Amino acid sequence: MVGVGAGGLASADMVLNIGPQHPATHGVLRLRITLDGERIRRAEPIVGYMHRGAEKLFEVRDYRQIMVLANRHDWLSAFSNEIGVALTVERMLGMDVPERATWTRTLLAELNRVLNHLMFLGSYPLELGAITPIFYSFREREELQAVMEEISGGRMHYMFSRVGGLRDDLPAGWLGRVAASIAAVRRRLPDLESLLVGNEILRARTRGVGVLSPELIEAYGVSGPIARASGVDVDLRRDRPYLAYAELFAPGGPGRVVVRSAGDCLARLEVLLEQVHVSLDLAQACLDRLAALPAGPVNVKLPKVLKVPEGWDYVATENPLGFNGYYLVSRGDKTPWRLKLRSASFNNVAVLGELLPGTLIADMVAILGSMFFVVGDIDK
Amino acid sequence: MTVTEVVLRCLIVLVGFLVLPLLIGQTEHKLMAHMQGRLGPMYAGGFHGWAQLVADGVKFVQKEDVVPSAADKPVFRFAPALALASYLMALAVVPLGPVTWGANVPGSLVWVLAVGGIGTLGTLMAGWSSGNKYSLLGGLRAAAQLISYELPLILSCASFAMAAGSLSLVAIGHAWTPWWLIWQLPGALVFLVAATAELQRPPFDMPVADSELVFGPYTEYTGLRFAFFLLAEYAGIVVMSLLLAVLWLGGWTGPFDHQIGVLWTLLKGFGIALVILWMRMSWPRLREDQLQRIAWLWLVPLALLQIAITAAGVVLMSR
Repeated sequence: MVGVGAGGLASADMVLNIGPQHPATHGVLRLRITLDGERIRRAEPIVGYMHRGAEKLFEVRDYRQIMVLANRHDWLSAFSNEIGVALTVERMLGMDVPERATWTRTLLAELNRVLNHLMFLGSYPLELGAITPIFYSFREREELQAVMEEISGGRMHYMFSRVGGLRDDLPAGWLGRVAASIAAVRRRLPDLESLLVGNEILRARTRGVGVLSPELIEAYGVSGPIARASGVDVDLRRDRPYLAYAELFAPGGPGRVVVRSAGDCLARLEVLLEQVHVSLDLAQACLDRLAALPAGPVNVKLPKVLKVPEGWDYVATENPLGFNGYYLVSRGDKTPWRLKLRSASFNNVAVLGELLPGTLIADMVAILGSMFFVVGDIDK
Repeated sequence: MTVTEVVLRCLIVLVGFLVLPLLIGQTEHKLMAHMQGRLGPMYAGGFHGWAQLVADGVKFVQKEDVVPSAADKPVFRFAPALALASYLMALAVVPLGPVTWGANVPGSLVWVLAVGGIGTLGTLMAGWSSGNKYSLLGGLRAAAQLISYELPLILSCASFAMAAGSLSLVAIGHAWTPWWLIWQLPGALVFLVAATAELQRPPFDMPVADSELVFGPYTEYTGLRFAFFLLAEYAGIVVMSLLLAVLWLGGWTGPFDHQIGVLWTLLKGFGIALVILWMRMSWPRLREDQLQRIAWLWLVPLALLQIAITAAGVVLMSR
């Protein structure tokens, strides 16, 4: 029975399972919510429907093979995931990566970030009932996918990174084509923004909805654009620079950290939108730098059997969705003894249990969508 | 009226009822496709996929008719028919020309509003009888929505009736003058918003809200019964658009209206339908309580203001 909500009438709570198969859960996230009418009393995210045992599989793969697996947990940030593994292994080996490879990696990581954000800038309005923005965002994605596909052969799982650098050198004329793609995306981005920014209905649905406090963010380890939308000014690209970010985020550089203070769904969307602009700037800066660099190798010759010396290390990168860390423990074998994966979406989604009670079902969808998660990144 | 004539008129209304919604549906496909930078249906029927909706209909007929075991079966089976029949009955009295109508009853405006309201009952029945929590939530949302749009809709229609001094749609069409375009503008806007809410079209599609409630009251429906709900939605667009065309845009009035009056009504109605379709492509969905807010804080006062303006106008003009 459902409670009718009027005082005096007998009412009972209704338990509703959102998912594992539901249009708003991007796959197989399950939320068990207890409803009074349409108001949510309790919400419990239940994860694990897409658990693929990634960490255990890492232990029986050598370091070249691990990358194939590691770029799959967050399938919208594949290149950033590869980079994380490569950086961890390189640091433990004490390996120096050629400068050209570092700048190309930075370029690809930023393009990957734009691709990831464009995906959510299309799918989030879809969850709010706007069906057109996704076609605009996918048009831009297609533009960037084309250059990513040209260089790597893949559209999602690029596998262009290697321990010690990159798979291949850049094709002739590729930098020019990337510049043209970036310019095209920049030119048409206002089309997408005009559908989102300033739309009264979108504002009504997102402003003041799902406000996340900095305390909750710290308690749950929420990171990335969601944390920054609540005023938590943390970005590993600036705070713990890796790749070429130290130079890009130096004073006077193109890098800047986008922060909002409201902490609601609208702020999270705005952070994403602005980060697209920043990432395009960063990608352009990488392009300029690459054009100026002399020709040279993009990778390091590796031994036939790659063994990582005994020890441990933890490397975290600022992935599009938040902190992505690899904790590698090696016993000197060609496989890791343990490779723990700290993924962004797992922590970001855990906070839902605190955020949802008291909201309506319609708000639940608005909040869920604004947490920008990938189910594979939750369940690993 | 002879029996033959009655049968003939019924047949024509039925054909119109089956063809016009398909036309709107195909227009929506194509309009949406072009607004989103794609082609839309291109294969069925050859020329630009003109037969896509016919093909869809054939597909729906072939699907299994599933009635969930938890459903209230007779109600579940009957609901789509009710939704469909209400707009069929409404369409019968909407005049397309000064002498072109399915049936001419004295209070046809009241009739349209009355039977149009029954359509929502089909949604409610579907939501309640499906034995599905999402359907139930959708049905309750539809009920909440009913409260918010029905009053402004009737108030805005009352203004048109007062201006014409008649409850007959034919008489209202005859009484229309171009001056109404400004005089009745607030009422027309209220009508358009309330009609969109009645049709459960975006931005007021909360009862079906596919990203929240899967498909609301229609979640459990398959095959032909599901197609009936879809057909009812598009037939509703036809009825509401033609109604506003007759009430506010003067229906058949236009150049050469003695020869092509019917065409004018259809054209004006089509224009309004395009606006209803356009809203779906541009805007996200509101929340149920936000619709209530709009209805009680904006639509009802605006409709009451329109009635006052109409009353003043009628008094001034009758002097």
